[in-house]
Amino acid sequence: MKPGRMLNLVLQSLFKRPATLNYPVDKSGMPKGFRGKITFDPSKCIGCRMCMRDCPANAITINKVGEKRFEAVFDLGRCIYCAQCVDSCLKRALVSSPEFELAQLDKKKLKVVFHPPAQEASGL
Amino acid sequence: MHDSHEHEHEFKIPLGPQHPALKEPENFSIALKGEKIMGVDIRLGYNHRGIEKACEERTFLQDVYLIERVCGICSHSHSSAYVQAVEEIAGLSVPRRALYIRTLIGELERVHSHFLWLGVAGHEIGFDTLLMYTWRDREIVMDLLAQLTGNRVNYGINTIGGVRRDITPEYGKDILAAIATLEERTKYYIQIATEETSIIKRLSGVGMISRQDAVRLGAVGPTARASGVDRDIRREDPYAAYAELDFNVITDDHCDVFGRTVVRLKELLESFKIIRQVVAKIPDGPIAVRAPRKIPAGEALSRYEAPRGEDVHYVKSNGGEKPERVKVRAPTLANIQTVKHMLRDRFLADMPIVIAAIDPCFSCTDRLVGVRHLDNHKRETLSWENLRLFSLGWHRARGFDVAIAEKKLHNLMEH
Repeated sequence: MKPGRMLNLVLQSLFKRPATLNYPVDKSGMPKGFRGKITFDPSKCIGCRMCMRDCPANAITINKVGEKRFEAVFDLGRCIYCAQCVDSCLKRALVSSPEFELAQLDKKKLKVVFHPPAQEASGL
Repeated sequence: MHDSHEHEHEFKIPLGPQHPALKEPENFSIALKGEKIMGVDIRLGYNHRGIEKACEERTFLQDVYLIERVCGICSHSHSSAYVQAVEEIAGLSVPRRALYIRTLIGELERVHSHFLWLGVAGHEIGFDTLLMYTWRDREIVMDLLAQLTGNRVNYGINTIGGVRRDITPEYGKDILAAIATLEERTKYYIQIATEETSIIKRLSGVGMISRQDAVRLGAVGPTARASGVDRDIRREDPYAAYAELDFNVITDDHCDVFGRTVVRLKELLESFKIIRQVVAKIPDGPIAVRAPRKIPAGEALSRYEAPRGEDVHYVKSNGGEKPERVKVRAPTLANIQTVKHMLRDRFLADMPIVIAAIDPCFSCTDRLVGVRHLDNHKRETLSWENLRLFSLGWHRARGFDVAIAEKKLHNLMEH
């Protein structure tokens, strides 16, 4: 039994760089495969709504806006970022992005709408 | 000044629900005589979220993510216990590779949980230096979990029928490198915990609970193992890949907070051993089998050794897309009764560390049971004796021999 057993470590640490990051100036970046904000590719969506059915938080709504044209509405306030929708999507229209700084003061900005491309582009 | 002990009378002070020591709401009503604790009354229920009920409103797949959020620290434990139960009902045979990945994440979770606990324990005894360094080192395993699963907490690796992400060989190298650093750090903390005078003096003899009492009160996990109860679900009832792995169950006979510290620290070394074996032995193959949306009617009970102790999940299906009943018995619920026992005749200042020593998670524990008369819909509060009588009657009515269970318990206590 000896007192001050951690003293060595503490003194050594005085001459080391801090263990913390100077966030938000310095950012460590997210690892590959991080489950952040979901992005939606309307050109791939076939409107099966499997993502809506499997979403545990009811954060996704897929609306039909025309012939084979779909828009997605995400509620970032509800999303729990489990990325089950990415797994459920048969056409890989949904992808996780590494974006995670999603806090907003304005509640309206938490609703993200992905509009389908213009009619003539999808018609071809 | 005259000796005032004779004139001191008992008084009660409430601690919480805004608790000064722990970051979760619970209420301890302490009967004090001077500085001495005469009795403790624990009141839970400030953090009840109704997750079990919410599970009945969602599909089996959605529940995986909801159950994961029962606890932020042992989220993988809860989701594993739940998917194991669902897979048992559905009769799915999970690929071996998936079982190994589950084991790997489970052990990494144990590592981060025990590091977290060591920091909290350091904080509760006023040794914040220990908190700062253990939490700095914990970041290594948190970053590793983020890399492997896609998030630092609520890993979302489990799905019904397997796991969602594969471990590539490059990840294997990263895991081994991180484990090597953490093992070195753990050995250092073991040395600190067993040599540093202030830790030993502060923790020895605090929160004593004998082996008999630990068994009688149903303690689980490191709390029980530190009292010499040699019980670990990973060995008793192997799940995932544990049956094929070699590890020791750590026990200690100090029976106090110091013993619990030693058990947790030594368990870390066993976890590293398991992780190394998993990385070396992981078989090739698929990581998941297709699970049906509708789970056939049936029920299953699943046990899992969470970092805090045995976690029990019960799932009942009626053949639909949604479960009929999901029941969670978190390890803290089993351990909370021991706190009352540990604090008797101790001093008020021991309270934070004794409570923290069981590694409590009160939001996991909070349950609500309502008793209502069928005829007049009146609410009623059941006393402990009445609840016991009701339970005995319920089991007898279903043909269980209650005498055998009582005898077994008695034998266990005698032993």
